[in-house]
Amino acid sequence: MRPQGRAPTESLYFTYPHFDAPEGAARERLAADTRVAIVGAGPVGMVAALTLAREGVASVLLDNKATFNDGSRAICVSRSSFAILESLGAVAPFLDKALGWTMGRSFFRGTQILEFEMSDPASEKYRPMYNLQQQYIEQYLWDAVAREPLIETRWQSEVTGITDHPDAVELTVTDPQATYAFRADWVLACDGARSPIRRMKGLRLKGENYEGRYVIADIRSGHDYPTIRRALFDPACRPGGTVLVHKQPDDIWRIDYQLADDEDEAEALQEANVRASVAAVLADLGETGPWDLEWWSVYSANTLLLDEYRHGRTFFVGDSAHIVPIFGVRGLNNGLADGQNIGWKLGHVLTGRAGEDLLDSYSPERRGATLDVFANASKSARFMTPPTRGWTLMRDAALSLALDHPFAGGLANPRQMTPFTYAESPAVLPDDPAFTGGAGVGSALPDARVDGGFLSDRLGAGYTLICFDERLAEGVRSLPDAPDVVCLAPDSEAATVLAAGPQAAYLVRPDRHVAARWTTASAEAVRDALARVTFQSLPDNAAAGTVEA
Amino acid sequence: MTAAEVETVYEALALGIDAAGGESELFLAKVALLLAREIGDPERAVALIESAGRHLGDRAAA
Repeated sequence: MRPQGRAPTESLYFTYPHFDAPEGAARERLAADTRVAIVGAGPVGMVAALTLAREGVASVLLDNKATFNDGSRAICVSRSSFAILESLGAVAPFLDKALGWTMGRSFFRGTQILEFEMSDPASEKYRPMYNLQQQYIEQYLWDAVAREPLIETRWQSEVTGITDHPDAVELTVTDPQATYAFRADWVLACDGARSPIRRMKGLRLKGENYEGRYVIADIRSGHDYPTIRRALFDPACRPGGTVLVHKQPDDIWRIDYQLADDEDEAEALQEANVRASVAAVLADLGETGPWDLEWWSVYSANTLLLDEYRHGRTFFVGDSAHIVPIFGVRGLNNGLADGQNIGWKLGHVLTGRAGEDLLDSYSPERRGATLDVFANASKSARFMTPPTRGWTLMRDAALSLALDHPFAGGLANPRQMTPFTYAESPAVLPDDPAFTGGAGVGSALPDARVDGGFLSDRLGAGYTLICFDERLAEGVRSLPDAPDVVCLAPDSEAATVLAAGPQAAYLVRPDRHVAARWTTASAEAVRDALARVTFQSLPDNAAAGTVEA
Repeated sequence: MTAAEVETVYEALALGIDAAGGESELFLAKVALLLAREIGDPERAVALIESAGRHLGDRAAA
């Protein structure tokens, strides 16, 4: 919502573009078959389309709107999401604009009781978190999509029907000029929390609704404070409630405040009441300067997901598959990881580099990530918005104790987003138990400094083997359909970070998660592992032992 | 105790308070006595009781 007199996309600082529906010659191919149709050109759909393009696969990207999503919405972009953006060649504008941060402060009844630092070792290329308004996220992804010849975007094009056929999905699309149908081999439903595709297929999200509603409001203010997440528990401006304050680019501040149980939502969302509530928070923060109200919305904590993210030739990706609480900033970040996950898998299958069974690993991997989010978010939610007197009393006890007893502050840990470990996935191998430390199978590869750059800079677009022995590297490079190989010095920082001895090796997936690792690797083991995690049979000559390490 | 172990105790206390309903103050007093006896160090127990008495109802001026 925006102040009276301003249109839904009339921002104080951002000019929303206008996109026309397909016109002229572009309409001639609307009914043509396509390999992949992506429904929804939000951040998740655009990441999926860009990931497919990187794999060499063309897609049709449809959106029923004529511009980006309104409002700043998701503002926290995690380190793992920056790695995704980098892999898509899109990270530069994000780095220029976003505000990186590492620190949070918690206040109890006006007194700072806790300061936490997120892990930010020099071996990591990106900061643990960045703040950036969602419309910039969409703008920068759109700039990359618009440059990409393999993506055909159709704005103002609403999918109004979906029919499954044995070898394709038929989509009916309505745009301002016509209604037409076309067939796609695969469909990615990136159409958001109220997913029309989900509804048309008769599927429902299942799960729970937590206590606690928040108004999220953006203001423009010259407020002077570093990019540090502030959590105000039981502040004077909102007794018994919780307030979160985040800095964004362009002098925009996000203020989230909890509504009391007896507060009427419709009344709380009236402009005058939002202004009064924001003014009270600013007074608590000691801010007396002028400010403008930019945008506001309301949010309640849900943990909802689909039983299965794959339905035949349709995959649910992002909010269409799951709705997660805001605490821990996992909605957008997990959505981007979903888009990348299905994007590279579908890309590998459609380009003959993996068997179709790889696609069945999407749902368990990303559904597992969502369930992990739920476990963390439910703990965060009961701290941020305690549902009963018992949880409230214990939360207040922890906050009160934290001043003198640091252990109690640990209970206020906001459990920010960390990438999920796919240890149980069919698309990774069992871990080598001889490792002590490093990055376990299924986990996101940590970064390390290499010759003035980073390990992540050396990774290929497909699978990459990281090893520390030139003879092994040569053996793997001479394999048919060899993965990229990065051979580093045994005393490199990467070897330390990965707990790798001279004979060790890591096989890394296109999404930079560890597919397999060995304390003592051989070219044959790498070849067999690659065949297994990509669901391909071994080449005929493999059994004859023609490859030696 | 690890952070996870502290969390386990935190959860048990929250659920215990809710289960005790109107008698939660009595419940917490009993918990305190039982834990103090387990420590087996009366001076330490009294020091912790004094520590818990700090910052009750503090509210810094805005």
